[in-house]
Amino acid sequence: MIELRGVSKSYDQGATFAVGGVNLEVARGELLGLIGASGCGKTTTLKMINRLEEPDEGQVLVDGRDIMAGDPQTLRRNIGYVFQGIGLFPHYSVMENVAAVPRLLRWSQAKTRQRCHEALALVGLPAGEYGDRNPAQLSGGQQQRVGVARALAAAPDVMLMDEPFGALDPVTRSQLRDEFRLIQQQLGLTVILVTHDMMEALLLADRIAVMKRGRILQVGTPRQLLESPEHEYVSEMVEMPRQEAMRLDRLIQPEADSLRH
Amino acid sequence: MNDNLREQLLLLPAYLEGHLLLTLIALGLGISVSVPLGVLANQQPLLKRPLLVFVSVLQTIPSVAILALTVAALGGRIGLLPALIALLLYSMLPIVRNTVTGLETVAEDVVEAARGIGMSPGQILTRVRLPLALPVIIAGIRTAAVWTVGLATLSTLVGATSLGNYIFTGLQTRNLVAVTVGSIAAAVMAVILDAIIGGMQWLAENRNNEAAAGRYRKVFTAVGGALALGLGVSAWSLLPEPEADFTVGGKGFTEQHIIAGLLAAELEAEGFRVEQRLGLGTQVIFEATANATVDAYLEYSGTVWANVMNRGDNPGRAAVLEAVIDHVESSFGMKVIGPAGFQNLYALAMRRERARELGVSSIEDLIPIARELVAGGDLEFFGRPEWIAVRDAYGIDFSQKLTFDTTLMYTAVDEGQVDLITAYTSDGRIAHFDLLVLDDPRNAMLPYDGFLLASGEAARNPVFTAALSAVAGRISDEIMREANRIVDVEGRPLSDAVEYLRRAIREMD
Repeated sequence: MIELRGVSKSYDQGATFAVGGVNLEVARGELLGLIGASGCGKTTTLKMINRLEEPDEGQVLVDGRDIMAGDPQTLRRNIGYVFQGIGLFPHYSVMENVAAVPRLLRWSQAKTRQRCHEALALVGLPAGEYGDRNPAQLSGGQQQRVGVARALAAAPDVMLMDEPFGALDPVTRSQLRDEFRLIQQQLGLTVILVTHDMMEALLLADRIAVMKRGRILQVGTPRQLLESPEHEYVSEMVEMPRQEAMRLDRLIQPEADSLRH
Repeated sequence: MNDNLREQLLLLPAYLEGHLLLTLIALGLGISVSVPLGVLANQQPLLKRPLLVFVSVLQTIPSVAILALTVAALGGRIGLLPALIALLLYSMLPIVRNTVTGLETVAEDVVEAARGIGMSPGQILTRVRLPLALPVIIAGIRTAAVWTVGLATLSTLVGATSLGNYIFTGLQTRNLVAVTVGSIAAAVMAVILDAIIGGMQWLAENRNNEAAAGRYRKVFTAVGGALALGLGVSAWSLLPEPEADFTVGGKGFTEQHIIAGLLAAELEAEGFRVEQRLGLGTQVIFEATANATVDAYLEYSGTVWANVMNRGDNPGRAAVLEAVIDHVESSFGMKVIGPAGFQNLYALAMRRERARELGVSSIEDLIPIARELVAGGDLEFFGRPEWIAVRDAYGIDFSQKLTFDTTLMYTAVDEGQVDLITAYTSDGRIAHFDLLVLDDPRNAMLPYDGFLLASGEAARNPVFTAALSAVAGRISDEIMREANRIVDVEGRPLSDAVEYLRRAIREMD
């Protein structure tokens, strides 16, 4: 569904590469986690898929078509985009925010309205109650739900997410994460999700690509990364969540034992 | 209510309408030029600094100078157009600057989201950046509106009717009631406009206030509608109004206003519709008559001799008048109806008491003591060839040469702030302040015969020419001085002086 072939990006005419020779394939309906420390090139890689950045070298295919073939606006309108800043339009109501892409696509009013109701229902904010509110009247979690609904409104096949849950408190984050996973599976969305949180990637992604200094070190399922890291950096990355999980396990275990007796 | 105040208030609708129209049109033009410029500056970073410097520099040019330069750039055209252009230039700085600032302060993540969902650069501008910058842009418009109301008073100087007519006429004729009425009206207009635009700004800032949104949207629509209606009505009322048959002009002092009133009354008596444009500068009114924007006014032989013909010599009263008439008729196609009958030449004048103290009765007597004296002149005198002629003929100069508004100049000599002034011989204040006019034995002062100057176009109308010819040559020094005294000294309205003149002229028969 999404394919990157030898994609590179340099901000200094080739002296250094923010992204260097990335190859990546994401299958239809797959959720790929793209993980790495800040500055590793993961966001740049993501933005090259909807041409918010344009690659210096290499090729990006979405649904088999080279993204450089058409105009960037049409491409972006057909790809959902959610990011940490949320970026709701403060002068639009919730409904108008969700309707933004259908309006750009010049859908009929009736179709837009119906689709916006569906999208808001999917993220748990019924249009009847929330549609007329303004972004400033919503909590952070609700705002990001609107952000997701906006990305879903035009029924894209592909969704790009740049640390979408990063700014939320832990409870909301985990709740929203689970809900999103359900929506993604229900709609069969192909998703690339950028994160720096390995726990989030392990819990959410079908496969994970680990990036460092503009290159992909390893791509694999969560189990593959945990069991056979091919790179020292990858084993460091998975070590922390593994340790935390074991510590939690130990905390829970004695209680379970005592209950048995 | 006193007569003066009543007379002033009768003028209010016309002046208010002129002022409001000037302000709103200039503001409308200012917005439609400055907002796009601000957007351009925001989109083209290379343009931003030069543009902001340009509009700032415009702001530093004195407003009177901008008006004068605009008139000159339009080839001497006076009236609404130069006033609008000058006001437009002045309104640009706050609007351009606030547009740039407003666009820059839109949160980057909102713009990023707009790009990310596939808005084109144009859509990002019109759907996201401009709406979010609106409160800041409106704040700039608000500042510009208040400035424009204030500056529009100066439009009077280039012949556009405004509340400035009260202020300038009032200053020249020492009519403080007129000055007060004009100033209060302008201030009230500024406050109201500020409040209305402030309301719009509040609405733009609070459009997301759900509870209030519906209600305020209604207010917004009502206010916007009322403004549009008001502008439409005033523009409409301006259009179908039958254009005046003739325009009578006047420079910025009492005698000019009285004679303009006289000419207008004579023409109206013949059934013509007459418009008056008062307070014009010498250069402006001369050129306006040459291109028939103004049809008649009182000019002086010495003014044309020195300022238009650039002559520095002085061949005597009759020769100067003859040469001047020939020059304006042959070089500019204007028509001289005839001499008015009086002279208004510059003369040096001192308080009688002070002159006695110093033993002075003519300019020659000043030669040994001039260096210790302070002279007061009107705004023009020390820049005119007459002063150079006096200086050279008598070999004198003063320790200080101060310039004053005419009214204040007389006050200054009366209060002893200056030792002598450049009075005008037809001025009623010479007698009132008991001034001694110094003799000019070397004939250094140019003769200033008043004469009625008409545009070539108007002069082709025999009724027009006959009406003005009826008063030409009949206004003696004595009559003119008395008419001036009625206004300047007694503080009575112009209409009294005009009435007096008409009666005095008829009584000569």
